[in-house]
Amino acid sequence: MTQSSTTPMTHEKTSQGRASQNTKVTKEQAPVYSRADRKARNANLRGRFGLALYVVLLLLPIYWLVNMSFKTNTEILSGLSFFPADFTLENYAKIFSDSTWYMGYVNSIFYVSMNMVISLLVALPAAYAFSRYKFIGDKHMFFWLLSNRMAPPAVFLLPFFQLYSSVGLFDTHIAVALAHCIFTVPLAVWILEGFMSGVPREIDETAYIDGYSFPKFFVRIFIPLIRSGIGVTAFFCFMFSWVELLLARTLTSVEAKPIAAIMTRTVSASGMDWGLLAAAGVLTIIPGMLVIYFVRNHVAKGFALGRV
Amino acid sequence: MAWMSWTLPTALFFIGIAVILVGMTTWQIVSPCVERRGFLPLATTRGDRLFIGLLSSAFIHLGFVAFTDANIAMATVLCAIWMIILMRWG
Amino acid sequence: MQTKVENNKAWFLVMPVFLIVAFSAIIPLMTVVNYSVQDIFDPYTRYFVGTEWFKQVMLDSRLHEALLRQFIYSFTILAIEVPLGICVALMMPTKGRGASVALILVAIPLLIPWNVVGTIWQIFGRADIGLFGAFMSYIGVDYNYASNPADAWLTVVLMDVWHWTPLIALLCYSGLRAIPEVYYQAARIDQASRWAVFRHIQLPKLANVLVIGMLLRFMDSFMIYTEPFVLTGGGPGSSTTFLSQSLVQQAIGQFDLGPAAAFSLVYFLIILLVCWVFYTTIMNMQKDK
Repeated sequence: MTQSSTTPMTHEKTSQGRASQNTKVTKEQAPVYSRADRKARNANLRGRFGLALYVVLLLLPIYWLVNMSFKTNTEILSGLSFFPADFTLENYAKIFSDSTWYMGYVNSIFYVSMNMVISLLVALPAAYAFSRYKFIGDKHMFFWLLSNRMAPPAVFLLPFFQLYSSVGLFDTHIAVALAHCIFTVPLAVWILEGFMSGVPREIDETAYIDGYSFPKFFVRIFIPLIRSGIGVTAFFCFMFSWVELLLARTLTSVEAKPIAAIMTRTVSASGMDWGLLAAAGVLTIIPGMLVIYFVRNHVAKGFALGRV
Repeated sequence: MAWMSWTLPTALFFIGIAVILVGMTTWQIVSPCVERRGFLPLATTRGDRLFIGLLSSAFIHLGFVAFTDANIAMATVLCAIWMIILMRWG
Repeated sequence: MQTKVENNKAWFLVMPVFLIVAFSAIIPLMTVVNYSVQDIFDPYTRYFVGTEWFKQVMLDSRLHEALLRQFIYSFTILAIEVPLGICVALMMPTKGRGASVALILVAIPLLIPWNVVGTIWQIFGRADIGLFGAFMSYIGVDYNYASNPADAWLTVVLMDVWHWTPLIALLCYSGLRAIPEVYYQAARIDQASRWAVFRHIQLPKLANVLVIGMLLRFMDSFMIYTEPFVLTGGGPGSSTTFLSQSLVQQAIGQFDLGPAAAFSLVYFLIILLVCWVFYTTIMNMQKDK
């Protein structure tokens, strides 16, 4: 509230201040300009350097993991080295030849895709309703949805387990997909609503006048208009469903067990197989990188959650 | 349903909440309300005040349970009064 | 903003979302409420105990410690991540190939499963096989996150900063991109300093995203579980046992369903309050625009 009332004032003040400054410096404009230019260039260089440093620090732990995944266990334990001396693909071979390992990836990808589809299917009409209509309890509904995004999963672990057991869904992919909906659906509605509000309402009205029915208009005209928004939403659903482990682990035992859970178990059973652990970890990073590559041009918009 | 371990008080509690929600919806349909400003530092609708009331009531109950040995019914009575004040002048 | 049409039929469009979220949210919540007023041994042997557990939970010093630890932790990471995230966002290139490369690189930590994040740091921080641990002992610091509480804290905070600063950075980055070029041109003509540009053009625009980012980070750090669990297991002692973890220990480890449920509800109410305050602030900020 206070925010917007103060900003115009400060703007005014500074522009006045700047104006008086301006009249003073007009005489020696040329040298000042070049100095400012040089300063800007220096700042730019500093920025690039800072960013490079940050990215290097960011990637260092990941680099270490990748590095380790190509080493044998004896090499890992014998000392530090920045490159594997005895380069081996054995760790990866082990994962791709053992079905308990690679099925973990299949399971994870399966329930994540399912979650993505369900979230989008239910969130699209709801987001349209929130962006176009006023209805009883709309704001409270929206808040309730968001508060679920905030609910700590740890609170619900046991009831979740019992709920899905009692309806016979325990240890199925759909159970994990549905459980993850509790935080992906609110997020999807939130992001999509932002994108949809950017589409002028005149488009809807023209289409209705032209004789389109609502479903036909929605599928033929509206959805193509917010394609990028749908892409970004799918990305966010993927991201939050892919990284979550607690619920996924609680709701599965064998058939639908996610890779992240298999990782922890196998490692503790066979002692500490660091190389294998690192290889499995590296493989969990790859799908995420692929997905973000596809939406890279729209993702900045999506991170604004459409509401900026 | 057995796994949900229902008890009479909690069942009554949830029925109460459901009745309030249905009641508020009907009230809204019969006579729509407009946002207004009372003693709370922000403009609220009827539903907002209900939510604020319920949330603060929950905290009042918690405080009562934690710091006094008084009967919980006292807290409930207190909250009921608070709710009426809030709904009317909030 | 366009005015919306009043139409209660819109409820039909919202129904699927309501049903699907209600199934996974309301039924478990009801169950937790039921648990919280009973002493449960198994589904058929249970006794009504009233508000007993709530009293116990509210006066339990272990939980107070976990709560305190939680607040210190949440504020520490916010204090580091928000300024750092803003800096990174300001440094990111805005156009061209560099922009997408930077975006992808910065976003990587967000896409790693949480327990793998724990694993990465578990390896990275070990003095015998990890780079960070080895570096610390190389510069003469006796560092061991498994036995020294201070080191454990340092590692958990570092891990969170590594993991989540990208979220703040990307949120800010998208906020910055929403500023029209005209503003910068005007600033250039006015010879505004870098700081003035930041203070009067960029920061006001960022206010909105920052509130969202802080809300998300506060909530997520409040329910942090997987990463510290993998990294330290809550130890040494209970120095890195945060709220979620003590909750899970109680509910599943000791099978004290009643107290764990009561605790969950208190926890949920706190979250709900904070969430509501943030939400109302954001909405009012937008309304005033």
